[in-house]
Amino acid sequence: MVSSSVASSTLPPPLKESGQREVFCGLTSIVWLHRRMPDAFFLVVGSRTCAHLIQSAAGVMIFAEPRFGTAILGERDLAGLADANEELDRLVAQLLERRPEIRTLFLVGSCPSEVIKLDLAKASERLNQQHAGRVTVINYTGSGIETTFTQGEDSALQALVPLMPKSDQPQLLIAGTLADAVEDRLVGLFQKLGIERVASLPPRRSTELPAVGPGTQLLLAQPYLSGTARALVDRGASLIEAPYPFGVEGSRDWMAAAARACGVDQAQIDAVLDPLVERGRRALAPHREVLEGKRLFLLPDSQLEPALARFLARECGMELVEVGTPYLDRQLMAEELARLPEGTQLSEGQHVDNQLQRVREARPDLVVCGLGLANPLEAEGMATKWSIELVFSPIHGIDQAGDLAELFARPLRRRGALQFS
Amino acid sequence: MELTLWTYEGPPHVGAMRIAASMEGVHYVLHAPQGDTYADLLFTMIERRDRRPPVTYTTFQARDLGGDTAELVKRSIADAVERFQPEALLVGESCTAELIQDQPGALAAGMDLGGIPMVNLELPAYSKKENWGAAETFYQLVRNLLKPQLPAPGAPKLDPTRWRAENRRPRVNLLGPSLLGFRCRDDVRELTQLLAGYGIDVTVVAPLGARPADLLRIPTADANLNLYPEVSGSVCSWLERQFGLPAVKTVPIGIGATVDFLRELHGVLGLELPAELQAERQSRLPWYSRSVDSTYLTGKRVFVFADGTHAIAAARIASRELGFEVVGLGTYSREMAREVRALAAELGLEALITDDYLAVEAAMAEAAPELVLGTQMERHSAKRLGVPCAVISSPLHVQDVPARYAPQMGWEGANVIFDSWVHPLMMGLEEHLIGMFRHDFEFVDGHRSHLGDGAPAAPAVEEPAPVAVAVAGGSLSWSADGEAELAKIPFFVRGKVRKNTEAYAREQGLAVIDSEALYEAKAHFSR
Repeated sequence: MVSSSVASSTLPPPLKESGQREVFCGLTSIVWLHRRMPDAFFLVVGSRTCAHLIQSAAGVMIFAEPRFGTAILGERDLAGLADANEELDRLVAQLLERRPEIRTLFLVGSCPSEVIKLDLAKASERLNQQHAGRVTVINYTGSGIETTFTQGEDSALQALVPLMPKSDQPQLLIAGTLADAVEDRLVGLFQKLGIERVASLPPRRSTELPAVGPGTQLLLAQPYLSGTARALVDRGASLIEAPYPFGVEGSRDWMAAAARACGVDQAQIDAVLDPLVERGRRALAPHREVLEGKRLFLLPDSQLEPALARFLARECGMELVEVGTPYLDRQLMAEELARLPEGTQLSEGQHVDNQLQRVREARPDLVVCGLGLANPLEAEGMATKWSIELVFSPIHGIDQAGDLAELFARPLRRRGALQFS
Repeated sequence: MELTLWTYEGPPHVGAMRIAASMEGVHYVLHAPQGDTYADLLFTMIERRDRRPPVTYTTFQARDLGGDTAELVKRSIADAVERFQPEALLVGESCTAELIQDQPGALAAGMDLGGIPMVNLELPAYSKKENWGAAETFYQLVRNLLKPQLPAPGAPKLDPTRWRAENRRPRVNLLGPSLLGFRCRDDVRELTQLLAGYGIDVTVVAPLGARPADLLRIPTADANLNLYPEVSGSVCSWLERQFGLPAVKTVPIGIGATVDFLRELHGVLGLELPAELQAERQSRLPWYSRSVDSTYLTGKRVFVFADGTHAIAAARIASRELGFEVVGLGTYSREMAREVRALAAELGLEALITDDYLAVEAAMAEAAPELVLGTQMERHSAKRLGVPCAVISSPLHVQDVPARYAPQMGWEGANVIFDSWVHPLMMGLEEHLIGMFRHDFEFVDGHRSHLGDGAPAAPAVEEPAPVAVAVAGGSLSWSADGEAELAKIPFFVRGKVRKNTEAYAREQGLAVIDSEALYEAKAHFSR
């Protein structure tokens, strides 16, 4: 059985560094959340920098009917010449007039709005009264000073938790954004296992929030949901301890843990999952050939790093040089840490220049890093895999294990394929 | 507060980054919260640079705010100077740091930096934008470095014709080209070649590719070329004031502008301009535009929106060199508003000076053009309206930093412009045939087969119009027979015909527009 294969690994203490951090702020999460919940609008209250960030990150998508925007603070707002609350009310009214079909409006806090202590919680309460019955207004922070990249999703989902209806009914609740096709597949498999009620947070429509209560078994699909998990547990949900559903092994353990928590017997679990495992391994095999024995260095970005490192080491045979993560929640990461190879060097936080120094000294075969570093490292002769893609690709589940491995094998294959002499 | 769905420019510190990243040997310490490093991607991804921008961010977080952020700034400055050993240092703040007021420039001034020049950037993030930030940074850097060379008050100014007495070729500086500017890389190459053909050398190109030591050589040139006034305008006027270095103000984009530029430059340098410029032989645009294949371009309605420099250049090329009719002209560069307004007035238009994306989109819909020349944003609002579009200015995306040689300036620039502006339009034969036969199963209304896309983009043009009528017209409506007649108008002028007919109907007090009214309006407007 899988759980017995979990090594109680001994890891050296993580390297804790502080210095320049080359990461996104939580506002970036808007780029995928607006697609998950098309009936929501994300209004950032911030500066021109915030607006510039989102349009640079969202690239070409900005031009469809906009689902996000920025209320840019001006000098009058800072000098107190304009009442920021009145200004916000005016802009929201203007926005809702233009986009009457919006059902949920997220007021997203930024560094400037937090530094000047603009109370967006109060503003959303007030706006909720003004537009009652038409639109729900909630607020969360996506600021760089508080959140790193995917933590923006954590903070958005956490803001949704109080609005979830209460229910004691037994159910499995999957938290964390999944690609639609992956979600359908996983829900289908859970139903095959005999779990009738499976709900997702975030839902596809912001108005169709799942219920939560003492009957809820909470299964995290993403490792960056510390705040959301706590808030759901506070509402009575029980947190299932599992690794994250990356790769064949992680996904099987994840599904099996959920099934056990929902009272499914072991024979049923094996009957449903074992054929998938066999097929998943077959899909992995060609990629493993490329990746096996290659040395991997992951820079901090999304908190997906420990789980991905575990998959790449155990299932693809890669050697881990350093596994960076912007933030390490030891409780939520416990099952992953236990599966990491002995001696794996983790690092939490970042001093990017020092870390790049370590990258250069180690000369790994593949560096997982952000787009600010990828081309410069390629130019230094190192193969890179840009990490943001992992948040935008369907990578969860046994059936996606081959695709996930392919994302890492592709840059290595490409390097092998290109010839200029 | 201002509701913004899209911003034409980034914050001013991004302009400062453009200067630092364009140059060599300059480092920029930016006091900014975690996350503001996103701006690195503009350089590593859009400009596809092979190295990190020379920027050290303090990346403070909430927990640092309780502590000593000023200490963090000092540590970052010391680290950056030690690690990167720059020849000059820029120190500044992003918008959030501006609020906590650590005065990083003042802190740097109090530190031992080993004698390198340090420029304290004060860029008001809540009132200024990217191009202003770039211009201010470039100006402060040049001013700072050239301070020791300032001529004594009352000293004679430089004589731009002294090259003759010194028995050498005249030489000029190319000022303004920078990363994230539109096609600067190739404009520099094109101009350098062009100048060489007239026996003029280039002393310094800045900021693109220059080191601080190069900036020190600026006063050794005979004149400055103010190529991108948004970035180099303030530095050029300072150099003119302080050193008497004259600035050539014509930007050589387009045939006429290149000729004017050569005239102005030769005048400044006291050089004889060859009587026969042979512009027509240097560039293919004049012949291509004269050739009969281009006749159908006559009077094509064009909407232009861009930074000031490129908007002005485009309006001139469109109206004089390609024979288009400019039906809308605007810019987001407020500093260039006066020049754009003057040109618009010449073209019988009122200039649109705004940085509001929605206002531009609305003006575009109102003008119902057949071609849009704009920025990356106009590309997409044009797509929504079903109008062909070419990009002529920043903001740009990765496809406008091409691998191939693609200048906008000089003779080759005009060649590139001819191809890229005409390409999105329907080709002549196809345009005729779609006007003749409207029932094809493949070549349907709005289809442009040379672009290789299957589906026509046209229907979007039609949709906004009925709404507009209901709002503006009150009782005005189209009869079925009027609508049917309108549908026979080729799609790219249909929007304009609809607007004209409605205007005519309102003028005549008609309540219903039928096919006769459409033909009446057509005759009325066919002067």
